[in-house]
Amino acid sequence: MPINTIDGYTFTVNDEGFFTNREEWSEPLAEILAGLVGIDDLTEAHWAALRFMRDDQAKTGMTPTLRRMQTQGKFDVKELFTLFPGKPAKKMSYLAGLPKPVGCV
Amino acid sequence: MSQVLILGAGTAGTMLANMLVKALPPDADITVVDKDDAHDYQPGYLFIPFGTSTPERVRKSRKAQLSPKVRLVMGTIQRVDPEARTVTLDNATLDYDWLIIATGTTPRPDMTDGLTDDRVWRKSAFDFYTLDGATALAKALKDFKGGKLLVHVTEMPIKCPVAPLEFVLLADDYFRHRRMRHLVDISYVTPLDGAFTKPVASKRLGGLLKDRSIRLVTDFAIERVDPEKRTINAYDGRALPFDLLVTVPTNMGAQFVTDSGLGDDLGFVPVDPKTLASTRYERVFAVGDASNIPTSKAGSVAHFAVHVFVENFAQAYAGKPMTHAFDGHANCFIESGRGKAMLLDFNYDTEPLTGVFPAPAVGPFSLLKESRLNHLGKLAFEQVYWQILLPGHPLPVPTLMTMAGKVPAEKTKEA
Repeated sequence: MPINTIDGYTFTVNDEGFFTNREEWSEPLAEILAGLVGIDDLTEAHWAALRFMRDDQAKTGMTPTLRRMQTQGKFDVKELFTLFPGKPAKKMSYLAGLPKPVGCV
Repeated sequence: MSQVLILGAGTAGTMLANMLVKALPPDADITVVDKDDAHDYQPGYLFIPFGTSTPERVRKSRKAQLSPKVRLVMGTIQRVDPEARTVTLDNATLDYDWLIIATGTTPRPDMTDGLTDDRVWRKSAFDFYTLDGATALAKALKDFKGGKLLVHVTEMPIKCPVAPLEFVLLADDYFRHRRMRHLVDISYVTPLDGAFTKPVASKRLGGLLKDRSIRLVTDFAIERVDPEKRTINAYDGRALPFDLLVTVPTNMGAQFVTDSGLGDDLGFVPVDPKTLASTRYERVFAVGDASNIPTSKAGSVAHFAVHVFVENFAQAYAGKPMTHAFDGHANCFIESGRGKAMLLDFNYDTEPLTGVFPAPAVGPFSLLKESRLNHLGKLAFEQVYWQILLPGHPLPVPTLMTMAGKVPAEKTKEA
């Protein structure tokens, strides 16, 4: 497993760059990673989505899908596309320090 | 005497019922519930639109596939009460000691805005995972004069995740034979970031699409169908026009699963991936597509899973701990057109492998590579399904994945 080091933060990732250990994540690290995926500033709206993902994953063991964000988290999918342009499911999992959502098999 | 109740007499439910007859003590009462007596060979749906199979050929009686020792009850399932251990049908209430949910997954075109609009549905927009849809699409393809054909996957998971890829490759073949391929602009539109879910296979299959001049549109999260303009619109603002849309709608578990509070967001039953036991209720299990296990929703998985499940269930039934573990083994022939097919083999932890699949009696089949023998294997499977799989006879292939004869794809040279 590759290990990434950014600004003194060290974390293990899989071949696609997603965190393999959610405990290696922290909020300041997420702020740094956001810049890498084209998000300049994490606003409260961004954080609401990321916190929901982490809480939900802690409960279910699985990264929530966009559908679950909509049905359980009451997020507006279109807004998530605006907040995390292009590939929200992947960007959100990455910034929340979680694996890419499965369901994709 | 214990009452074993299986909901659903499809691939998983039928195989399971027949195998439990042999695996459980003779006084076990095995009952299966389904709404009708029509058992379809679902892999056959893929060939109906292209005229190489027919609606009559894929459908047989459910009852005829079941052992005479299994009771088949016809009724629509409305609710399961896992505390009282009862199942309510529209015409009866059944008690159970052990419940196995095998009601599969259902395409839900109604979950996408605009898709079932009268102006497009089954006129220019079709599904092919239902007998009605596949039959209607056969006529539409026959009448198609050319234009933009979109083959589209709404969201994962879907039943038989390779089928839409097979469809697009067979469509290429179909129009080539009709000498009108140059009139048809074919695109494969997927919510994933590549042609398939598993990276290795995705690369190989993506190459195949390119070779056949099929466009690949990735990361397409559909928001709605615009029936007026005949476009599919994504959340990110992309809109793709179509003359013919062949879509795989959202797949969901049976409605009673959700209504009974037994399902996840999509109505699939959360289970332990190794034992298929419900994570919430005792004496409740889910086999086949109805569960949430993280592997393909496909008949091959149901087959491999049922073989492991039967041994575990016989132990649980006898009051012993379950000692066997399912590994998520899946294998599927991918019909790639031009009389050829490829074979994929993978499980929870192992990516699809190249090499050969060790099937002593009928193989070896090439893995992840097109071959004529793979195509013949796919055709032969129809008879295997009815005569070996459903009755629960053993097949000459291992249930759990083995590494014999296989090479991880990254270690082989590109073919």
